[in-house]
Amino acid sequence: MQFGLSEEQILLRDNVNRFLDDNSPLDRVRLYADGGDDADIWAGLAELGVPALLVPEEQGGIGLSPLDAAIVAECLGAHIAPTPFLGTAVMAPTALVASGGDHDELLAGIAAGTQRVGVAFSEAIKRRNDARVEVRGERMFGKSLFAFDAEADSYLVADQHKHLHLISASDPGLKRTHLTTVDKTRRTVELTYDNVEAQCISTDSSVFDATLDIGRVAIAADTLGAAQSMLDQAVEYAKQREQFNRPIGSFQAVKHMCAEMAAQLEPCRSMVWFAGHALAELPDEGRITACHTKAHLAEVAQFVAKTATEVHGGMGFTDLVGLHYWFKRCGANRQWLGAPEFVRQEAAVLQGIVSD
Amino acid sequence: MDLSFGPEYDTFRSEVVTFLANNADKAPQGNDLRGQAAKDWQKLLIENGYTCRTIPKKFGGYGAEPDIIKSRIIAEEFSKVRVHSGLGGQGISMLVPTLLEMGTQEQKEQFIRPTIMGEMVWCQGYSEPGAGSDLAALSTAAVLDGDEWVINGQKIWTSTAHIADWIFCLVRSEPDAPKHKGISFLLFDMKTPGIEVRPLVDMTGHANFNETFFTDVRVPKHQIVGERGQGWQVANAILGHERETLAPANTAQTRINALVDLMKSETADGARLIDNPVYRDRLMKLQSKVMAMRFNELRVLSARLNPGQDPGLSRMITKLEGTELRHDLEGLAIDVMGEIGLAYEDNPYLRGSGSWQREYMFYLGLIIGGGTSQIQKNIISERGLGMPREPKFEKAS
Repeated sequence: MQFGLSEEQILLRDNVNRFLDDNSPLDRVRLYADGGDDADIWAGLAELGVPALLVPEEQGGIGLSPLDAAIVAECLGAHIAPTPFLGTAVMAPTALVASGGDHDELLAGIAAGTQRVGVAFSEAIKRRNDARVEVRGERMFGKSLFAFDAEADSYLVADQHKHLHLISASDPGLKRTHLTTVDKTRRTVELTYDNVEAQCISTDSSVFDATLDIGRVAIAADTLGAAQSMLDQAVEYAKQREQFNRPIGSFQAVKHMCAEMAAQLEPCRSMVWFAGHALAELPDEGRITACHTKAHLAEVAQFVAKTATEVHGGMGFTDLVGLHYWFKRCGANRQWLGAPEFVRQEAAVLQGIVSD
Repeated sequence: MDLSFGPEYDTFRSEVVTFLANNADKAPQGNDLRGQAAKDWQKLLIENGYTCRTIPKKFGGYGAEPDIIKSRIIAEEFSKVRVHSGLGGQGISMLVPTLLEMGTQEQKEQFIRPTIMGEMVWCQGYSEPGAGSDLAALSTAAVLDGDEWVINGQKIWTSTAHIADWIFCLVRSEPDAPKHKGISFLLFDMKTPGIEVRPLVDMTGHANFNETFFTDVRVPKHQIVGERGQGWQVANAILGHERETLAPANTAQTRINALVDLMKSETADGARLIDNPVYRDRLMKLQSKVMAMRFNELRVLSARLNPGQDPGLSRMITKLEGTELRHDLEGLAIDVMGEIGLAYEDNPYLRGSGSWQREYMFYLGLIIGGGTSQIQKNIISERGLGMPREPKFEKAS
């Protein structure tokens, strides 16, 4: 019995972290937040094999597991790195492989880091405003809100029947409108479909579910990384910052805030590991664990993000230390692919303790 | 990641399951765990290696090599079927491991067997009115007079002192030494003249604790564990262990399953409580936490089994998070039942034999006892996160 990361997984984590330390420091993230691109970061990660993680070896990938994807997601969250990882490297390959169709070319492009696939799932999870995706024949109409990976080459779109479709970003009927959110480390768009060519890749809701589950676990892992980084920054700040002739971290009022963050966050790490493991190895537990992990990380991170900012005092509120980028990353992760209350409701339905 | 324990352990688990299927009816019911039925059950469990597993045979135990996976399997299976898993109490959980580590041959022979068989009940004399969180400040005095220690002072929170046969007790034997180095660990008979036990009724309405007073209590010199002045190390050899086992995740899992059942069967205005979305969301939130703590515990276990694996803070946070979680969980059951949640003692509307209220209060006690939540936070922040200690007050000149 060994509950934890293997040596290879620790190596993967250390390699990705080292790359991001050098290539995605806060100053680099600020360039993206001000309108720059993420091309060099994604190209560097592609050299490490990150986009190829979940692509099977036959299609030019590495064929690793959801847990490996979660490990990378945690690194990305810790560095608030701007990348198309969630859609392109996690959800799209999962959907393409699970669909059983022939998507060799696209998968090879994903693995090489040359193809980016965005995800528009919001309407299949909880429809807001007047958004709606309709597919008649092989033509798509309507609109999706908050699709992520704004600069994608193609999009994986879920309609309200949980059918999955691929559309090309260059389709003349597709209009992309940037939707500004508080989280400037990743970009979302509104997609409007006016007679867009839609390639249906799956009508099987289990393909949608598998794609959603792994997306949720990856988001939870990203949240874990971001929250852990906030805690680490708060502890470091509290050790350095002096008031009343002593480090503020020696005041129990401050150190207990840090202890509370650590105590809530530490079990989250085990939870993310288990959730990643369960998706591949424990089919009975995978779905419900993914729901609970997504929801629980959202709750703990909300507490950590607020508390870590408070530990920084007035500086935490400024743009100077940039802590707000992590705060907003946690906030966006909370809403993407299902807010906690809705995800917990799904967990209840999955257990059969309440009907849908 | 490998969650299987292997075929040897699958076989062991099925042996435990079979034992429980064949013998569970002999287990003692209710709270009378000092009676003959409890002692007989204890004997049967020891013979089969389901309790006191690693205590050597010559001292009355089962004599198995330590195997934390088997211990865990036993705990899981007994908890699943809610069958009493053997005698507890501080004699068995704290004194016996201490004696095995630090006791003399004579002490091991004299005390371990009767203690694990339930013939000898112990209480723990650690805390004092002036020494709670700052336990090492204890002041109960032991002065050597010829071949006897003469003990004067007061202990508090001595659970089971009113029924205990013996006490293991921390005393200040070297008043001039630094506070951690002036303490000794003594064992003595509770029938010794000069001991007075006053029950301390707590919020549950029961006297689970006592105040214990010592006036010129004379104790033979050799009834000391370890050397003079070593008592702090003797006591700390196992204190950390106690904290980790106060609120295990498998019992939290059992309780939340019971809470799901309760919310399915109880109604308000004829509608099942589980169908109320507000209550259900609170339930699901707790289920998330129980799940996180279960996996945290797997990590703790794994770090024990695989030396070199970094446990992070997973062990350090279990007491704080586990006890707070149980208090919240029992509290939700009370909330969802409305006025019925208030039922206590002989109330005919009592649910779960009154366990929800009892445990709700009991776990508030555990949040405080065994190192308060605030002390846990000091430990987590100072030892876990490396934050600076509180500066010591300078003595007023």
